[in-house]
Amino acid sequence: MAEFLQIEGVSKSFGPFQAVRDVTLSVAQGEIFSLLGGSGCGKTTLLRMLAGFEEPTSGRIFLDGRDMAGVPPWSRPVHMMFQSYALFPHMTVEANIGYGLKHETLSKTQRAERVREMLDLVQLTPFAARKPHQISGGQRQRVALARALARQPKLLLLDEPLAALDKKLREHTQFELMSIQARTGVTFIVVTHDQEEAMTLSDRIAVMDRGQVQQIGSPTEIYEYPVNRFVASFIGSITSFEAEVMARDGGALRLKVPAFGGEVTTKDANFAPGSKVTLALRPEKLVITKERPSGNAVQGVVKDLAYFGKDSLYRITLASGALVQAHAVNQHRGTETQRVADWDDQVWLSFDPAAAIVLGA
Amino acid sequence: MGWFHRRGWRDLIIGLPYLWLVIFFLIPFAIVIAMSVATKTPTAPPFSFGGAHPWVNLETYHRLVSEPLYLRAFLISLMNAAGTTLFCLLLGYPMALALTRVSRSSRNILLMLVILPFWTSFLLRVYAWMGLMGKSSWFNAGLTEAWNWLVPQSWAVAALPMMHSNFAVVLVMVYTYLPFMILPLYASLERLDPTLDEAALDLGSRPWQVFVDVTLPQSLPGIIAGGLLVFIPAAGELVIPSLVGDASTPMIGRVISDQFSQARDWPMASAVAVALLALMVGPTMLYSHYQARAEGTK
Repeated sequence: MAEFLQIEGVSKSFGPFQAVRDVTLSVAQGEIFSLLGGSGCGKTTLLRMLAGFEEPTSGRIFLDGRDMAGVPPWSRPVHMMFQSYALFPHMTVEANIGYGLKHETLSKTQRAERVREMLDLVQLTPFAARKPHQISGGQRQRVALARALARQPKLLLLDEPLAALDKKLREHTQFELMSIQARTGVTFIVVTHDQEEAMTLSDRIAVMDRGQVQQIGSPTEIYEYPVNRFVASFIGSITSFEAEVMARDGGALRLKVPAFGGEVTTKDANFAPGSKVTLALRPEKLVITKERPSGNAVQGVVKDLAYFGKDSLYRITLASGALVQAHAVNQHRGTETQRVADWDDQVWLSFDPAAAIVLGA
Repeated sequence: MGWFHRRGWRDLIIGLPYLWLVIFFLIPFAIVIAMSVATKTPTAPPFSFGGAHPWVNLETYHRLVSEPLYLRAFLISLMNAAGTTLFCLLLGYPMALALTRVSRSSRNILLMLVILPFWTSFLLRVYAWMGLMGKSSWFNAGLTEAWNWLVPQSWAVAALPMMHSNFAVVLVMVYTYLPFMILPLYASLERLDPTLDEAALDLGSRPWQVFVDVTLPQSLPGIIAGGLLVFIPAAGELVIPSLVGDASTPMIGRVISDQFSQARDWPMASAVAVALLALMVGPTMLYSHYQARAEGTK
């Protein structure tokens, strides 16, 4: 098994603090792989170990079959796009992009040619002679990207690549990053705390918490089939209930959910009768109706409502006092009085057995 | 709003520094300029605006450029000041850089140590150096030992003639002005973003290349500020060359002092002072230019 990037049992401690604990994962060539987690989850430390700024306390990192232990940052075929971009303020855009190239055996014309290509790739040719403080934040981000790509690294590390951009620019840049990745074929490792960013950019995501990898999978796998409560609540929003397995019948599971006011039926998940589990429901999987539907249903009162235009978020209080979030797409055009439900309305919440997530307690 | 915004108060507060400059710099300087074009007389005060050249007598300036004594003193001053600045830079840069790399608590202690010499009288410290450099001191004896061991037998000396030399002047000036170099350098190095160093390492530069490409060019304003803070006072230094220098290689400060007090040629002393100031305006303008440019990048 010769994966392109292989991280084997890597741990990193700073004094008594364990920043990264026994991380094992592999990344294929040409993949966009995200390390997702909150601050202090160890994702940045892992990235810095890949760049060579930190050495693992234990474990090994192989890149394209080569053990990276003891290889200094300047000799690694790995380049990084820093969160702050770290552009050299005293150099022009052109000089920034060409900086790494002076370490390659290229003729002057070859080097100029490569810089020109890079400027072209990120559409900054007219700004070549500007200094970093003379261009916009989005342009600076592209200079940082071009600079990191100029030496044609095997691996590109992106530390919160979109964090410093405003929302509009972020969406645009996301797609631009993906298209540049597709054109260059360089393997991207993205560190981010923003789950939306990770979901849209990545082929696969590793969700991290307290130095450990919680789950590795495609965005869909992570979102629809989280393996534990941390992943389920970190990615998207979710409402969880304590539950107990009553019976198993083929693919179906009968759960007793006190907060839900009775029993519900769900699919998948292997749990023996009697075990304590968690029933987790995503807001968009819940259906709000005025009349009682068949199947899994519970009654509640609309306590709060947020109108976003394309959809609305409802916060519904159940008889047990539990608060549930439900999303409804505003399919029909209409005034306030014509929507699915209004403040203080009595409504029914229902969900498909296959839509519920059942996790170990 | 507040009292500050009442015009009178604001003008007073903004005006005070200007008033200070006018009273203690501009007016005295105007007097010096006027005196420099006066004619020397054996009266008291020893100058007059009459005589063969009423009001403006340019004889002093003519002597300034034609008599080798003055040109030589200027040249020695500039060379000693340049040497002092260079050695302060070579010594101070690594120290300032080290200050930015140590932990916060030791940084404060080390900064304290840089400033500590100011707590002792300057004269006392110069006298201490005179003692150290004197032929009977342990310091001189140790250096003499090292010298005799390093050089061929025929160059061997009983004691190194350190005192009353240009070497002594530069040595004591380097010692005296070193903090003025370290502090501005530290201020400019401390502001640098350490991720820029990492970016350069990441792009293939070894640590020394990172220093040359990233750290050094960005600390240029600090180098210039420190350089001026050392160069300008060193060029006009009077006390150190008077105490440890050699009378045959006078610095310009000593010439001014001698003209005033011994030759009682006030016009000549004034002309030398005006010329020194004119020489120092150049580097100061250069600094302002860099300062303005550095602020433009923020």
